Amino acid sequence: MMRRRRIRRWLVALFVLHAGVVLAGFLAPYDPVEQDRQHAYLPPMRIHFSEHGHIHARPFFYAQRLREGSFEEFTEDPSNAIPIHFFSSGARYRLLGFVSLRVHLFGADGARLYLLGSDGFGRDQLSRILCGGQISLLAGLLGAGCVVFLGGLLGTAAGFYGGWRDVLLMRMAELFLALPWLYLLLALRAFLPLAVSPSRAFLLVIVVLAAVGWARPARLVRGVVLSVKERDFVRAARGFGAGDAHLVRRHIRPETRSVLLTQATVLVPQFVLAEMTLSFLGLGIPEPVASWGNLLAILQQYSVLVSYWWMYLPALAIVPFFVGYQGLANALQVDVATPKIEGKRGGILHDEGALYSPAPID
Amino acid sequence: MRYLLRRMSQMIVLLMGVSILTFLFSTLAPGNYFDEMRLNPQISAATLASLRAQYDLDRPLPWRYARWVKSVAHGELGYSFAYNSPVAPLLWIRARNTLLLTLTAMLLAWGLALPLGIWSAESSGHLADRFISLATATLLVIPELVLALGLLILAARSGWFPTGGMVSVGFAELPQLGKLRDLAMHMALPVSALVLSALPVLVRHVRAAVAEAMGAPFFRATVAHGIPRGRLLYRYALRAAANPLISLLGFSVGALLSGSLLVEMVMSWPGLGPLLLEAILARDLYVVIGGVLFSTIFLVCGNFIADLLLYWADPRIRAGGNAR
Repeated sequence: MMRRRRIRRWLVALFVLHAGVVLAGFLAPYDPVEQDRQHAYLPPMRIHFSEHGHIHARPFFYAQRLREGSFEEFTEDPSNAIPIHFFSSGARYRLLGFVSLRVHLFGADGARLYLLGSDGFGRDQLSRILCGGQISLLAGLLGAGCVVFLGGLLGTAAGFYGGWRDVLLMRMAELFLALPWLYLLLALRAFLPLAVSPSRAFLLVIVVLAAVGWARPARLVRGVVLSVKERDFVRAARGFGAGDAHLVRRHIRPETRSVLLTQATVLVPQFVLAEMTLSFLGLGIPEPVASWGNLLAILQQYSVLVSYWWMYLPALAIVPFFVGYQGLANALQVDVATPKIEGKRGGILHDEGALYSPAPID
Repeated sequence: MRYLLRRMSQMIVLLMGVSILTFLFSTLAPGNYFDEMRLNPQISAATLASLRAQYDLDRPLPWRYARWVKSVAHGELGYSFAYNSPVAPLLWIRARNTLLLTLTAMLLAWGLALPLGIWSAESSGHLADRFISLATATLLVIPELVLALGLLILAARSGWFPTGGMVSVGFAELPQLGKLRDLAMHMALPVSALVLSALPVLVRHVRAAVAEAMGAPFFRATVAHGIPRGRLLYRYALRAAANPLISLLGFSVGALLSGSLLVEMVMSWPGLGPLLLEAILARDLYVVIGGVLFSTIFLVCGNFIADLLLYWADPRIRAGGNAR
């Protein structure tokens, strides 16, 4: 029962993390694409609770103005204290894609509050990180979903039918597993359209992820199917005259479920990271839509890297998700970090080292 | 010998497969290198057509593949549109830099992982083990991209290490020792990013393998014989744990290659990474194919070396390897 409790704890943690991103529109104070050119590269603001020794009823912040004699350094304007309002009305957003709302967790009148600073266009970093998470996580989840579906389908087909189909599919899978995953990812991306709209780019990213990742789950599922196929209950069912479709649906697919589930747990964070990598390199989701990857792309400019450390914050957003998914995978008793590596006896390609491709975490 | 030959032929088949696969991908590509020139009104449609014909872009795929295989046989690997030269020499220069980075990182990572893993296994449950476990768990949740960018910011703000490129301006005038020092300073950042991201997995595997060997009856026998601790661990336990670790060595090549590609692009190290990205953006077809092929060659070589090591280290394989 310990194990069950551990799994539940990690599921709750992951649920909270994902809920935070799903509710991005509500938690974020501003529209992620709204610009404020007067306040470009504003460092994270401080929230104050007291002024001149008096504690205020509401937390507040000071409006920022350019420091005297500087064209880019900001300083607090002590004459202009702005209280923070909770559940205030602000920019319109769509919750879950269809509920149109205006209420935000917090906001302020008179000046914008940049809790995590602003970027070169004066867009709010916090709002962009939260909304970028929606894109990145959705890409990871959909990518993993596609891969699990595709891998399950192809693996079952290969294992169940055997023969030339098995040989063909497994040789293909070996080919995909033979390439270092990032090279494969880039090679695939290289031959798809480059300049596309954000929504098409999003689809392309998922297609690329699915095409790169199908091989490992397919091989694992094939192994399971091969062993299940010979079990007595399957033979018995066949003896009673069950057709292929019924056998697969009723007896074989349930057996592959746990493998696919653990694969999904391992794959989601890796695919989120893959999306980040693609977008970081300018091959994924384009501006002005935010994703964790393209928020980091600006760091490729040396001046930004040196001067504006808060542009690095989006990178840290993925870390709690990694912790959550790895914790869950560990609780499901697949030790992500130490997959079983059996000694091998020659041969190029093996299924061991589940972490090593397409696994960016190592 | 037969084992060697069989492995070699497997490698060649694999490389063929990868090249065919990348060529197939390339048919998905909408447009080609010369498409952007269409925007230039001074270049006529006839010129573009003749350019395409000159570089065989209007021929069917099998024909192009055959042509490419021929150029591979000549050691050219096709032709780069952007650089106007054969691909192979271009890739060689960059691949050398990538190898320098990857091999250094590999040696360092394994050089650190073995003692750390053994130490951790030896002091299982004690303070050192707990500390190492915590450190590896922490490193494990920090993705390579995050790590590399973080190190870069640290270096940029502190000024301890140069933050890009491979050598400083005026490298050619430096004395021999100064050159080495300059190169080492430039390598410090990318190599540490690679090592730190590879380390946790390696340490955990070493720990698991050595702990398993230490639980075996033969190990208790060696302890009872009174063999000194250090020799016990490194000579006997490690030897017994070698088989899975050598397999891991082969896998770690692939991980390091992918990692190195990313780190190179983040830290502008003049390796295969930046060249590949540039080629992708310019649709420089054969450079992309060549880059992917090179990475596969490295990976396959890594696996091959691991297999040879295994052959040397594990008598069971020497006995049974040919039979399979």
